[in-house]
Amino acid sequence: MDSREYILNSIRRHTTERYDKPDLSPLEAEAITYDDPVAQFTAAMKQQGGRVVLLQPGQTVGAAIAAAFPDARRTVLAVRDLPGADELPGEVTFADDIPEARDINGADLGVAEGLMGVCENGAVWIEQSVKHRAVYLLPEALVFIVRRDALVNNMHEAYNRLGDRAPHFGAFISGPSKTADIEQALVFGAHGARDVTVLLV
Amino acid sequence: MSRHAQLAAKFQSNKAQAAWHDETLWMVREKRDRMSEAVPEWEHLRDAASALKLYSNSHLEELLLQFEENAKKNGAIVHWAKDDKEYRQIILDILQRHGVHHFIKSKSMLSEECELDPFLLKHDIDVVESDLGERILQLMGKRPSHIVMPAIHIKKEEIGELFVHEMGTEPGNNDQTYLTHAARRNLRQKFLNAEAAMTGANFAVASTGECVVCTNEGNADLGMAMPKVQITAFGIDKIVPDRRALGVFTRLLARSATGQPSTTYTSHNRCPHPGGEYHIIIVDNGRSRLLADPVHRRVLNCLRCGACMNTCPVYRRSGGYSYSYFIPGPIGINLGMLADAHRYYDNVSACSLCHSCQNVCPAKVDLADQIYAWRQKLQRYGVADSTKHAMSVGMQVLMEHPSWFNAALRFAPLVNKMPRFLLYNKLNGWGKHHEMPKFKKPYKF
Repeated sequence: MDSREYILNSIRRHTTERYDKPDLSPLEAEAITYDDPVAQFTAAMKQQGGRVVLLQPGQTVGAAIAAAFPDARRTVLAVRDLPGADELPGEVTFADDIPEARDINGADLGVAEGLMGVCENGAVWIEQSVKHRAVYLLPEALVFIVRRDALVNNMHEAYNRLGDRAPHFGAFISGPSKTADIEQALVFGAHGARDVTVLLV
Repeated sequence: MSRHAQLAAKFQSNKAQAAWHDETLWMVREKRDRMSEAVPEWEHLRDAASALKLYSNSHLEELLLQFEENAKKNGAIVHWAKDDKEYRQIILDILQRHGVHHFIKSKSMLSEECELDPFLLKHDIDVVESDLGERILQLMGKRPSHIVMPAIHIKKEEIGELFVHEMGTEPGNNDQTYLTHAARRNLRQKFLNAEAAMTGANFAVASTGECVVCTNEGNADLGMAMPKVQITAFGIDKIVPDRRALGVFTRLLARSATGQPSTTYTSHNRCPHPGGEYHIIIVDNGRSRLLADPVHRRVLNCLRCGACMNTCPVYRRSGGYSYSYFIPGPIGINLGMLADAHRYYDNVSACSLCHSCQNVCPAKVDLADQIYAWRQKLQRYGVADSTKHAMSVGMQVLMEHPSWFNAALRFAPLVNKMPRFLLYNKLNGWGKHHEMPKFKKPYKF
């Protein structure tokens, strides 16, 4: 008997009592909501060590990013056709034009689209849209472009909106990478981005 | 004195560090309280998490098969390991087939349980732990003392000294930010040069066949982002039915663990890289037999958040190394007993039955009730403390005979006048760790 059958048999033999699947609707209905999603999302991002920048009327996305990161020397884009891309400072490369994932190492800035922002915890949902998922992890700083109408209140709403959408890789990223493994002192920039900025458009 | 009590005494011999440990973990517990109080529906979330786990763990066959089918559709290769030996061998085979020498791994309690790292090192595979705390311990040759904050027992001075040799830092600079960023630079090279990566899973989603990992550092996430060979291994109890269930668990996990509204990363790994291989290993290693045990099966609800450790008055004051099982604290006491009661029974004494652990547990594991149940069984295993057992029998006689009980109370104040050598000696086990109380004169009716 192979191990798969062995395990399944053991599960069958030992499952003596079955519990029903709980109905989550009442919990989801009472879950926390916010009157001012932009203000709450901004506060949650700040709490997680990130920041929110609002796109100003008449400003291009490129110009807003350039204003936030005027010193970026090397930027990797995970978004096609970024409005105002020519306004970005330094060298700008589209992620799919980079041959190997490891070549992204050393980039000052990565720019990606965030498909959703979660107000209760400042998390942004990203889905792999380019061949190297390292673009969401290797750059020193990240900008996520999120639409204001893509803000949801809480994680129930977030997962219900996602349904079974199936990117090759997806992640909620909530602020910069951090650790407190040395005597519980909080330090940003453990392995992923040291700086996460959400540009609300 | 139990082995736990002896090791706790050793931990307490460094008063300053013991006090720091106690206060720091209590601070984390208080952060958890603030987070949970900010969510009005908190208790309903806990109810839902518990109900979801009871559902999924009682429908494992159906959910694991659904997971397997979906994972295969995603292009993953699914393996089943009935025990630790098979788990290690499957991983070694994958690595050897691909000629892997540089292997980057993120923290996984399952890999500790199955003693993966020493096995791989023996087979000439340079396994690198990428979580900062785990990496520090790996370089020191020590084991974790907490499941979420593995290096909580190590002082920055020791780490500073270690990093001078390992990361080329300047001697005497023990600043946490400086040391962390030195490790970032050092480990970045390991990430870039790894030929294969591995992570555990916090959740395996049956409806999508994806494995979800939660980290703050981004180490599991960055690790899996580049190498063509990826491995995820999880215990059968990590299965959840669907993403809707994740809505419940992700709201509870980080708030309970470290008092944050969310971990920084919640990564959903679904497909292999183009031209790569994604291996998923489903591990039993004794879990399935727990399903038949109505008293103890709720341990399978555990999310491994560590909240029970942070709140435990015994854990905070005795440290992770005082427990003989590799997972310490209230959940470790229980998991150890289920793994091998004869080997790990000494840990059941490391509990004051204050029940704080089960009041903070996000998935409502009845930790203290289970420890109590184990204590009732110790006599059966022939390992109960004979003095404590004699005292229990004596107390039972007193409780069942009110006139004797009243007589004992009447004579108790005599003890107040007795000289110390009569009170604090081998016959009085209680006096070993405590000062005797002053007995009041009994109230006269």
